[in-house]
Amino acid sequence: MSEKILLRHEDVAGLRRLDKYVEDGGYATARRVLSELQPEQVIEEVKLSGLRGRGGAGFPTGMKWGFLPKDNPKPRYLLVNADESEPGTFKDRQIIEHNPHLLLESTLIAAFAIQSHKAYIYIRGEFAHGAKVLEEAVREAVAAGHLGSNIYGSGFDLDIVVHRGAGAYICGEETGLIESLEGKRAYPRVKPPFPAVYGVFGSPTIVNNVETLCCVRPIMERGPAWFKAIGPEKSPGPKLYCLSGHVERPGVFELPMGTSLREIIYEHGGGIRGGKKVKAVIPGGSSVPVLTADEIDINMDFDAVAAAGSLMGSCGIIVMDEDTCMVRALRIIARFYHHESCGQCTPCREGTGWLERLLIGLEDGGATERDLDLLLQVAENMMGNTVCVLADAAAMPTKSFVTKFRAEFEEHLRMGGCPQKLAAASAVRASA
Amino acid sequence: MPTLEIDGQQVTVPDGTNLIQAAAALGTEVPHYCYHPGLTVAGNCRMCLVEIEKMPKLQIACNTRATDGMVVRTKSDKVLRAREAVLEFLLVNHPVDCPICDQAGECKLQDYYMDHDRQESRVPLQSKVQKGKAIDIGPLIMLDQERCILCTRCTRFLDEVTGTGELGVFQRGDHCEIDVFPGIALDNPYSGNVADICPVGALTNKDFRFRARVWYLDTAPSVCPTCATGCNIDVHHRRNEIFRFRPRHNPDVNAYWMCDEGRLSYKRFQGEGRLLQPVKRARGAWQPIDWKQCRAEFAAALQDAEGPVAGIVSAQSTNEEIHLFRRLLESRPGGCIAGHSWSPPDASRDDFLIDADKNPNTAGLRALGLDPGSARALIERALKGEISVLLTYRTDLSRICNSEEMDRLGDKLQHVIVIDTHYGPSVEIADLVLPIAAFAETDGSFVNRSQRVQRLRRAIAPAGNSLEGWRLLGDLVAGEGTAAVEDASGVFDELAAGTAAFNGLSLDSLGGAGAPLSAAPAGRE
Repeated sequence: MSEKILLRHEDVAGLRRLDKYVEDGGYATARRVLSELQPEQVIEEVKLSGLRGRGGAGFPTGMKWGFLPKDNPKPRYLLVNADESEPGTFKDRQIIEHNPHLLLESTLIAAFAIQSHKAYIYIRGEFAHGAKVLEEAVREAVAAGHLGSNIYGSGFDLDIVVHRGAGAYICGEETGLIESLEGKRAYPRVKPPFPAVYGVFGSPTIVNNVETLCCVRPIMERGPAWFKAIGPEKSPGPKLYCLSGHVERPGVFELPMGTSLREIIYEHGGGIRGGKKVKAVIPGGSSVPVLTADEIDINMDFDAVAAAGSLMGSCGIIVMDEDTCMVRALRIIARFYHHESCGQCTPCREGTGWLERLLIGLEDGGATERDLDLLLQVAENMMGNTVCVLADAAAMPTKSFVTKFRAEFEEHLRMGGCPQKLAAASAVRASA
Repeated sequence: MPTLEIDGQQVTVPDGTNLIQAAAALGTEVPHYCYHPGLTVAGNCRMCLVEIEKMPKLQIACNTRATDGMVVRTKSDKVLRAREAVLEFLLVNHPVDCPICDQAGECKLQDYYMDHDRQESRVPLQSKVQKGKAIDIGPLIMLDQERCILCTRCTRFLDEVTGTGELGVFQRGDHCEIDVFPGIALDNPYSGNVADICPVGALTNKDFRFRARVWYLDTAPSVCPTCATGCNIDVHHRRNEIFRFRPRHNPDVNAYWMCDEGRLSYKRFQGEGRLLQPVKRARGAWQPIDWKQCRAEFAAALQDAEGPVAGIVSAQSTNEEIHLFRRLLESRPGGCIAGHSWSPPDASRDDFLIDADKNPNTAGLRALGLDPGSARALIERALKGEISVLLTYRTDLSRICNSEEMDRLGDKLQHVIVIDTHYGPSVEIADLVLPIAAFAETDGSFVNRSQRVQRLRRAIAPAGNSLEGWRLLGDLVAGEGTAAVEDASGVFDELAAGTAAFNGLSLDSLGGAGAPLSAAPAGRE
C-alpha cells in the first residue's frame, strides 16, 4: 500500500492548514454526508467496513455506535480519546500535529452519525503542541463553516471542544477520561452502565480513539468495500504501526492491517540496531504479553496477535535486542504502572507497587528464593479482578516476561543482582 | 421479583436487589468494605467478588443486580482464592498496628482476615509505604492514613449525604491517601458518622477512642433523646456507664445516620447536675430522706393541700411517665395538668435529621391529649393564687416564668414538688425533690415528629438513689388506691387501651423500628 491515508501529510506538504486540506479534497466527504445521507446510513457504512477500534481493544466501531439508546432524551456526546499514553505508542500524535483536519472532518461525520452536537477532544496534557494545532484547526474550521451551526445548510450543528488533560495514564481509559472531563479524579467507572448509556454528564456517550475516527472519512469517501479489502477481512483497514526500541529506523509506519511483524521490524524499521539479534518484542504497547524472537513471524492484526498469545493493543511495537536485561525492562514497565495506578481498586493499588518492589529486589539484590513465584502469583491475583484493565496491563507483561525469560530471572536471583551490572562493577574494580 | 440461586439455595428478591443483599436474604454474608447500603456503589475494594454462571470473570456482588435464573456462587474455590488475594493486597501496606488501634474488635480487616485469609505475610515490614498517623482533621475525627484501605465510604458520605465534601483522595497508586482539602477541617453537624462507617481504624472518634475496648461494651437499642426526630441508636455501655451512642438503621427515620449533637448528648445523662437522692426542705435546709419517708412526705403534702393540685409534665418525659403523671393528678378532685415543650430560640435545625424541637416526645404529649404549650396558663393561675400544690415532672420552671415570678410562685404555693433527673432553678423553690432515672436508665417510649412510636430501653441502672419514673409514679398512683405497676410495658398497655392513637400497640410490638400512631396525622408536625 503505497498511498498513505492516515499519514497523508507525508505525501502532501502543508496539509495541516485548512486551505491545503480543502484543496486536497478535504471536507468534501463531510459536506456530501451531511447533505445527502441519513445518520443511520453512516452507521451502516461503518459497520460494513469492519472498522475496529484502534485504541487497544479492537471493538467494532459501528457496533459501538449502535449501542446508543434510541429513546434517551438527554444530549449525546462524542469524545475523542487523544490521551495517547501507552508506552511505545505515538501514532495519534502524528495525525494530531500534522493532519488535524482529517480528525476534525472525521469527528464531524461521526458526530452526525450518532447525532451528537458537542464533541470533546480529550488530549493529554503533554501534547501541548498538538493541542495548539488542534485549537487552531478548530478555529479555521469554524471560520470556514465546517463546524458550528447549520453546517453546509444541513441543519446539523456541531461544536468541538479541545480539552487538555493534566497528565495521567488512567485518563486514557474511556470512563476515567469521562470522569476527568467532568472535572473529577479519573477513577474509571464501574461498568455497567456503559458510556453509551450513561457517559459524560450522565448522557449517552461514544468514546473513540483518534486513529479509529480518522478511518471514518476515508470509509465514507471511498466506500466500506474499499476499506474492507485492505488487510484481513475480520480486521481490515490501514494501520499505524509505532516502532521503537533497538531498531535502525524507529517511527510511525502506515501499512495495511496484518502486515507481518518481521517485515515491520526488518524492512520498514531497518532491522536491529548495530546488526544485533532480536531478543524480544512487545507488539502492542507496554501492557501486552511479550513475544520472544521465535514468535515474531506473525501478522499484525487483532486476531492474529491474540492467537499468538499477545495483543495488538495500541500497536506500540517495542523491540529489544540480545543485550537487553529482561529483568530491568520489566522493572521499568512495572515502575510505570505503579506510578500510574489510580489507586482505586485494591489489587491494582497494592499489587503494582508490590511488583515493582519485587523486581527492584531481583535487579539490585535482596530478593529471596520465593520471590520469582511470588511475582507470578501477585500478577495472577491482580488479573481480571479490577474495575479497569490497568491491573492486567501490569500483570500481563510480568507473567510473560517471567515465564518466557525465566532463566534470566533465575540467574538474577542466583547471583544476587543483575549479572550485567555485577560484571560492569567488577570490570571497574579490575581496572582500578 | 427475580428468583435466583445462591450457593445452591433458591431466593426471590425485589427488582433491583444487588447480590450482597440477595445473599443476605439467605443469611449469607458476602464480605465487603466499600459497599454501604446508604451510599452509592464504588466497587473499588474488590472484596465481594462472586462467581456467576456464564460469566467468565468474577463479578462484584455490590454492583450486580439479581436477575431471574442467575446462578451465583459465593464460596467456590475461585471466589475464596480471590478473597484471600484481596485481603493480602489490603495488608501489603497496612501497618498491622492492631494492639494500639482503637478499631480493634470492630475492624473488618481483622474480622475478614480471620474468616478468609489467615496466611502469613509475604511482605517485608520495612518495604511498606509510610503515611500520616494520628492526624487531627476535625473536632470529632482523627485520621490514620496508613490504616486506610481507600474504600472511600467517608468521601462518599460527605459528598452524597452531607454535601460538604471535606475529604478527598490524594496521590495515586499505593501512595493514595484520604485527607481533608487544604485549609479545611472535617467539621459538620454529622461528622461522627464517618468514624462509624469506616470499616477499619483509619477514622476514629476522638470522643470515644482509647476509652474502652469494644468487646467489653454491651448494647441497648434505643432512640436518641436530643430532638423530635428520634434517630434510632444503640447505647453502648459498661458497668453503669454510657460510652457512646451510635446510629442504628431505621429506613423510616434516620437511615444509617445521626447528628453529632445527638451522638455526644450521652454526656448529659451521667455525671454533673444529677439529682441522686430524695430530699425535703426542713427549716430552710435540705434534708436527705429515704424513699419510704419521701412517699409519706409526698402523700402528706397532697393531703395538706388547701386548694387544687396541679402538675406540669414536659415533652422530655416518656409516654409512660406522662400517662401515669396524668393519672396521678386527674385522680384528685380539682387536679389539673399541663404540658410543656421548650426549645431554645436559637435551636439548631436543618432539613435532614436535626429538628428545632429539642424534645424527644412533643408528639407523644399531644397524642396523650396534652397541649405542649399549656404550662404558661397554669402558671398564671398559680400566680393568682388559684393553685395550692404544684408538681413539676422533668420540667424546669425557669423556662416558663421569670425569676421574679419564680419567687412569687414560691410564696403563693403551699408546696412545690419537683420530680426530675437534674438540678435546676425549680429545685430552689421546692420543698420536696424526687430524683428519677435519666434517659438510658429507663424503659419506655417516645413519639417522634413523624408520629412514630419508638421504644427506648434501659441500658444502665438509675443513678444514685433515683428511681425509674414509671416505677415511682406507679407507686405514687398505687398509693392513691390502685395496684402497683410491674413494668413499663404494663403502663404502655394501659395507656394504649385508653388512648385511640395508641390502640393495638404494645412495647413489644414496636420492635426495633417502631410503629406509626394509628391515628397519625399526615406529614411532619
